[in-house]
Amino acid sequence: MSELDVTLTVNGQRRRARVEPRRTLADLLRQELGLTGTHLACEHGVCGSCTVLVDGEAVRSCLMFGVQADGSEVTTVEGLAGDEPGSLGPVQRAFWETHGLQCGFCTPGFVVSVTAFLRECPDPDDEQIREALSGNLCRCTGYQGIVRAVRLAARLCREELRREEAGS
Amino acid sequence: MKAAVFEYHRPASAEAAVEMLAELGEDAKVLAGGQSLVPVMAMRLGRPEHLVDVNRIAELGGVSRSDGMLRVGALTRHRALERDEAIGRDVPLLARAATHIGHFQIRNRGTLGGSLAHADPAAELPAVAVALDAVIEARSVRGSRSIPAGDFFVSAFTTVLEPDELVTAVHLPAWGPGSGFAVAELARRHGDFAIAGAACGLQVADGRIVRAAVALIGMGSVPIRALTAEQALSGAAADAGAGADEADLAAVGRDAVAALEPPSDAHGSAAYRRRVGAHMVARALGLALAEAREAQETQGVPA
Repeated sequence: MSELDVTLTVNGQRRRARVEPRRTLADLLRQELGLTGTHLACEHGVCGSCTVLVDGEAVRSCLMFGVQADGSEVTTVEGLAGDEPGSLGPVQRAFWETHGLQCGFCTPGFVVSVTAFLRECPDPDDEQIREALSGNLCRCTGYQGIVRAVRLAARLCREELRREEAGS
Repeated sequence: MKAAVFEYHRPASAEAAVEMLAELGEDAKVLAGGQSLVPVMAMRLGRPEHLVDVNRIAELGGVSRSDGMLRVGALTRHRALERDEAIGRDVPLLARAATHIGHFQIRNRGTLGGSLAHADPAAELPAVAVALDAVIEARSVRGSRSIPAGDFFVSAFTTVLEPDELVTAVHLPAWGPGSGFAVAELARRHGDFAIAGAACGLQVADGRIVRAAVALIGMGSVPIRALTAEQALSGAAADAGAGADEADLAAVGRDAVAALEPPSDAHGSAAYRRRVGAHMVARALGLALAEAREAQETQGVPA
């Protein structure tokens, strides 16, 4: 049971850990690095709960081994919060305001997937939204609130971008 | 749902990778995108003792063109297949098929070589490789060999690859002007594996179909080339109402599946799959033909 050294950047911070190769990136984030915002449900790539960004791309962290993330830049849901401590980022705020969650277990995966989706497709129509959401499962909401959340999140992200551009 | 213990290897070159595979033998598996292998390991359906991670091998990436063929590196991710300019221009069927695979989070990791080596009979890319007569380049310590896609798939999840061979690239022909391509499939939910589907290409010149390629998805233990359909289409008039209207394509679709023995499972009986498969062939041909006609009409018109 040999362990390997891994160095990666998580939410902008350089982190080191020693992990067994069979541990997934999700295990590494949750157990070695204490970032329990990333949730594990199916653990075989179906549900999308464990979605994180690796080098900017949304991936299932249960389908990557932790050792594979060596040298990568990872963003978890913790890295998508607002700038003020305890505040919400735009995608999180949209879920909050539109009842895009009930029990909330799947929400971190949705927030990460939606963040990646809106970067590529800032003004999506409903069909694009539903396709983008198809890789994340929610057992409570029936998805209607989540679709509304993405519509609102798209608007909030565009407004934020405009403010940033105006401010720079 | 945790993988069993294994040893992890991360070679920096294809040469180092095939040396490792030769040394480790049947106890080793190649880890590419991992979108099929890691679930198999999580469910303990497979427990390789060694994983050879090829994700850092730069020479397994890249797309280049020579002699009318596009060489696509085995490590090219599905999302890159969707977006690559050369693939979109020269082998659009590959780009379109990729959009049907799983979800975007899966496509960010999954690779072309991995999909072919995994050989799921319900997968899209093996069908594209078979339809287009792709050639799969595989390397081992004994050297490189080229395997025609038609000889590559043996049965479900089984290929002619030796345990120590690594898929390094896939060569696909660029069809040129007057071509149209389409993938049609029926899945219960977006991103699910297809119950049945078809991938096809048609090339039209002077009002006739001059080239036809059709492969079926999920209709047997390997992707199936629909040779009777191709023969029926080759030389046929390409204009609507002159031998290539909807009724004719439906007949071609029915003929394409008539002799097949598709699997029966919870998602559908063999008879249902044959019906769906026939419709998917007709639908894909209709889309490809419309595109090929349009491509032919715009061809030769000065820009």
